[in-house]
Amino acid sequence: MSRIARRFAALKEAGRGALIPYLEACDPDFETSLELFRAMPEAGADLIEIGMPFSDPSADGPVIQQAARRGLKAGATLPRLFEMVRAFRKNDSDTPVILMGYLNPIEVYGMLRFCEDASRAGIDGLIIVDMPPEEGSVMRACAAENGLDIIRLVAPTTDDERLKLVLSHASGFVYYVSITGITGTRSASVADLEAALPRLRAATELPVAIGFGIRTPEQAAEASRIADGAVVASALLATLAGTLDAEGHATAETVPAVLAQLRGLAKAVRQGG
Amino acid sequence: MDAFPVPLLYRLTTRPPPVARAQAAEIGTGMTDSTRTNSLRNGPDASGHFGDGLGGRFVAETLMPLILELEAAYEAAKADPAFHKELAFYLKDYVGRPSPLWFARRLTEHCGGAKLYMKREELNHTGSHKLNNVMGQILLARRMGRKRIVAETGAGQHGVATATVCALFGMQCVIYMGATDVVRQQPNVFRMKLLGAEVIPVTAGAGTLKDAMNEAMRDWVANVHDTYFLVGTVAGPHPYPAMVRDFQSVIGDETKAQMREKEGRLPDVIVAAIGGGSNAMGIFHPFLDDPSVRLIGVEAAGHGLDSGKTAASIERGSRGVLHGNRTYLLQDENGQIDEAHSISAGLDYPGVGPEHSWLHEIGRAEYVGATDDEALEAFQLCTRTEGIIPALESAHAIAYATKIAPALSPETLLVINISGRGDKDINTVADHLGVTL
Ligand SMILES: Cc1ncc(COP(=O)(O)O)c(C=O)c1O
Repeated sequence: MSRIARRFAALKEAGRGALIPYLEACDPDFETSLELFRAMPEAGADLIEIGMPFSDPSADGPVIQQAARRGLKAGATLPRLFEMVRAFRKNDSDTPVILMGYLNPIEVYGMLRFCEDASRAGIDGLIIVDMPPEEGSVMRACAAENGLDIIRLVAPTTDDERLKLVLSHASGFVYYVSITGITGTRSASVADLEAALPRLRAATELPVAIGFGIRTPEQAAEASRIADGAVVASALLATLAGTLDAEGHATAETVPAVLAQLRGLAKAVRQGG
Repeated sequence: MDAFPVPLLYRLTTRPPPVARAQAAEIGTGMTDSTRTNSLRNGPDASGHFGDGLGGRFVAETLMPLILELEAAYEAAKADPAFHKELAFYLKDYVGRPSPLWFARRLTEHCGGAKLYMKREELNHTGSHKLNNVMGQILLARRMGRKRIVAETGAGQHGVATATVCALFGMQCVIYMGATDVVRQQPNVFRMKLLGAEVIPVTAGAGTLKDAMNEAMRDWVANVHDTYFLVGTVAGPHPYPAMVRDFQSVIGDETKAQMREKEGRLPDVIVAAIGGGSNAMGIFHPFLDDPSVRLIGVEAAGHGLDSGKTAASIERGSRGVLHGNRTYLLQDENGQIDEAHSISAGLDYPGVGPEHSWLHEIGRAEYVGATDDEALEAFQLCTRTEGIIPALESAHAIAYATKIAPALSPETLLVINISGRGDKDINTVADHLGVTL
């Protein structure tokens, strides 16, 4: 059983959903982002998404765009990201780590080499925002060979017929993009989420995590109750950004502030929605 | 896939002699070509790929259902004679097609060599080739029941064309334009506003076309229920590269017929500037299966091809994925996209349409560069010898054409695509000439 499957199974046993925080590699610098990464499980992260910065994140809102820019400025590359995951894995062999990014840096690195190195570093799954199933065959083969899950996004615009196609290419878990929009903007209502989930449940046995627009502890608790997990990205990155000094460097506040917020989210998720 | 049978329009709007007419019917349309198995005009395949994996559909899942819907709607429109009739009407009476093929006598004499012709796309309403594509897509958007149009723009010509048809049809129009471009293309910004469009400056990145494209895609994702994304060049996810090409192919179809009429044969060389590649693809595509016709795309070499400050995606780039398609891109060794540089806002883009990347890989078209300085020089030369103020984009094509013309024989028929007029550029040109207006 993969780390991802094991974690979702254990949480199901415990009767709650997963909290999945996001951090951007090297935001605002390698050391700070590694420190944050390593402290996240203790603060309540059940799985962790790590973003690979891209120069043109066309599916992301301003908060993640700025995080990506900071990460790139601090020298984020795939090898640096792998280095972070290797360092993380020295003390944590249980928390699943998902790499989220855009296709181009991966293609330039080389798909097979990427999957080998990602798997060796201790990455469990991939979310490649701009790689729909139709364009995913090469990556699928390389990922499967290296035991990496390809986590598929499903959107409100994905109709039933397309849902079948998308899910036939999914593994690990399904990421439900709860709004039509970019990251860090609108939030879906509880009613919207409750209406959306049965359709997904009927179509897949995989766990479903909800992302886009989850900001508050209440929203995280609702989403993880309705589905099997809640992804929180922009809200944490906004907190991080708020602690930086005028030059965009980390301060003594940076890591504690993000972790405090994460603890608040985790507490709500654990208490149930 | 079928190309768009625009020569229908040609038959409606010009009266060539019977021989030319028969030939026009025979050289025909994309439709006749589509039945040929060995044609270079059949691309892309059903999944939107040209050659080995170029093109395609690299978008977030939220947009996938939309581009599939768009593809179906476009296929239906292409098969519907009423759509063709409607488009032909607007192209003739509103855009002002056909555009003339002009023999540039003084420029030819100046260069002393090939016979230089100009395809006068700058005479279209709104001053560039952009309206050919915009007219096709706005009619499609109307058929699809969309009410709100978003578009990206670089030089502002595509934005102006889009704002124009939105005014014509009473639709809401939102234009994303890089903040840098907003400054250097002020007249077009004002024009768009006069036409009722909302112009949103994009400050991300270098504030040029790439950033405007990102922002337009973000808008589309957030407004899928009522919004049509009106892409301005032969790039983006399938079906945009093929669809925009089809709508622009009217340029090449007309050129073919007009050259037959004037010279009784095909041209020998066609030269066009390459930003995303729509004016070039429009004039190239009808000639892809005529191997005697040399096709030359002129990229913006900026400060020089090896200066690191260019927009020469094919000559100085490599394969990558951006804005929905796999194509040649200016990028670093980590796959991060570089900023492009060109004096011309319309060429200032680090990518190029995937079909051009394919034509480059198979060697059917040549891709070369012209620098900022060469373009400025050609801008003035064309203005003084022909009384035609070309767009700085088109000036890149003129620069390269006038560079090679002297070495070509006087029998050589060379067509330069004058994709737009240069009124929008006079501030930039004055600046570079040290003139204060
Ligand atoms: C007059 C003119 N020519 C050329 C271009 C470049 O675009 P494309 O390569 O798609 O023709 C532009 C773009 O703004 C333009 O305004």
